Amino acid sequence: MTSLFTALLRIAALLAGLAVASAAHAQTAATNDIVKRGEYLARAGDCIACHTAPDGRTFSGGRAMPTPFGTLYSSNITPDPETGIGKWSADDFYRTMHSGRFPDGGLIYPAMPFASYTKVTRADSDAIFAYLKSIPPVRQKNREHDLRFPYDNRQLILGWRTLFFSEGEYKNDPAKSAEWNRGAYLVEGLGHCGMCHSPINALGGTSQSDAFKGGLIPMQNWYAPSLTSNREAGLGNWSIKDITDLLQTGVSARGVVYGPMAEVVHNSLQYLTDEDARAMAVYLKGIAEGSSSSSAPVSTLPTTESSLLISLGKTVYDKNCASCHGAQGEGKPPHWPPLANNQSIEMESAVNPIRMVLNGGYPPGTKGNPRPYGMPPFAGVLSDNEVAAVVSYIRTAWGNRGTPVSARDANQLRSAPLD
Amino acid sequence: MSVRLFCASLALAIAFPVFPVFSQTLGQPPDTMAARVEACTPCHGNKGEGTSDVYFPRLAGKPSGYLYNQLLAFRSGRRKYPPMNYLLEFLPDQYLQDMANYFASQHPPLPTPAASEASVDILKRGEALVTHGDVSAQIPACASCHGPALLGMEPGIPGLLGLRPNYVSAQLGGWRYGTRTAKAPDCMQQVAARLTEADVTAVAAYLATRPAPENAVPVAKGSYILPFACGSEPE
Repeated sequence: MTSLFTALLRIAALLAGLAVASAAHAQTAATNDIVKRGEYLARAGDCIACHTAPDGRTFSGGRAMPTPFGTLYSSNITPDPETGIGKWSADDFYRTMHSGRFPDGGLIYPAMPFASYTKVTRADSDAIFAYLKSIPPVRQKNREHDLRFPYDNRQLILGWRTLFFSEGEYKNDPAKSAEWNRGAYLVEGLGHCGMCHSPINALGGTSQSDAFKGGLIPMQNWYAPSLTSNREAGLGNWSIKDITDLLQTGVSARGVVYGPMAEVVHNSLQYLTDEDARAMAVYLKGIAEGSSSSSAPVSTLPTTESSLLISLGKTVYDKNCASCHGAQGEGKPPHWPPLANNQSIEMESAVNPIRMVLNGGYPPGTKGNPRPYGMPPFAGVLSDNEVAAVVSYIRTAWGNRGTPVSARDANQLRSAPLD
Repeated sequence: MSVRLFCASLALAIAFPVFPVFSQTLGQPPDTMAARVEACTPCHGNKGEGTSDVYFPRLAGKPSGYLYNQLLAFRSGRRKYPPMNYLLEFLPDQYLQDMANYFASQHPPLPTPAASEASVDILKRGEALVTHGDVSAQIPACASCHGPALLGMEPGIPGLLGLRPNYVSAQLGGWRYGTRTAKAPDCMQQVAARLTEADVTAVAAYLATRPAPENAVPVAKGSYILPFACGSEPE
């Protein structure tokens, strides 16, 4: 009897043990799911771009970020308890993302895109935090910022916040589809697209009414085109497929990403699911449609100079460019982009086409396009006058509606930074 | 050959749709490495033979392991030259390996050496350093690592022929001053640190006078023993 009882007890204990084990297993699986989701969201937020230094350990910070006010250094967001965020709670992390304040209440410089991240939901913030807690801790002290007076006074951030920061999670627009709202959440929130694609004013901020209207990226000398104007990078006339191709692979039938956008596709957008890329495309196409087209741009160059430039430009083009981009600017898309009807060539700012002629470039290598074709740099081959001529030509030929540029414009961009 | 001629010859090549996702698009660039590395050609020549710019090196026929190491170093910024750093920043490892293999497999003829402007004494000093080294200064001969024929060794040691003196002295200067570095043990750094400026000039001048052999390919891995350990050429 005793032995039967003992046996029963043992079986009961065994069953209980199994139950505990399977509960623990389920919990681990749930944690794994959250960590995985957090990793995905961290990519959608492109955290790595700033929080990892070139050749540095992942997320250990220390990347120098030159600004018009001095140099900022990104922080260590690995779970190291002393130098990283190892002692933070999920509440601390959410508050930082949502309010732009450190757990001790200290103000964060707005180079950290908290004005966008404030739109991120608590659940997504928790997932990103769970992911960051799961990566290997790196012991690396944060480097002090190197800002000029008076910008080294963090109290100034209060003024910036009053002008440019409105706190609050993304609110669905019930008049729009779930897909549009998902896209808006990603573009306005984690994607922080407005950090570059909105004009930066002298106070280093973007006002709400200027959101996504384009602007020259400070210190980099690349122009981030407007996402609302169809005369710039507005995607109103693009197919959803062309937009998702561009975001996920870096190349499309309409154009190719280059400059800082190549980095965004490389680090972040190529990892989006098809659904999320599509949602972003739907939203981006949506914000472009209906925006009124501004008046035709007017050239500042005298007509005689323009026509001389354009005629020399055709010669330069036929000799150096037509073999890839086609005699009529038709290209061989997606790898050799078309230049005819290419907004990136025509838009008011000629900074990007001039820089592409000077510096060339490769689109990013992505899962969908692992061996991209590249554009040769012509800085050493063409004179300032020839660069201005060929850019003037491609901006005005084949029905393109851009304006001519001067040799001086070309010359100024020879010294633009390449990193 | 101009970029235009080169592109034109590419356009004649047969085009294959590259990625299924874009296969509906008609008329694709040639699915070749030659078309993919066109961005390299204004500075390095269509087949990596170099151009008239004396600071841009020949790439053709260098060991692919060496070229790959350089591409990685440019991509990460360890080797600094902004136009190169910029071009490579977002390219994957495998693609850089493909590029390295492509230029390693090109064998355009080496240029005929130009008449040297350096004096006989300088060239003599250069020859001594290249072929025998300088025992008193603890400088090993260039040939002891780069090979008796100076054609390099697979996979990581480059040949030294077909490079112009400006490029060689700029690179030796970079090693001396620590702006160019390689995997530890950084053997080139150790050697270059012992060279004087006059040594650098002499070595660069002498190397540029060396005629090209018939078959200018690097020797196989392990063909000879290196005088000391080198991170770029694992045992």
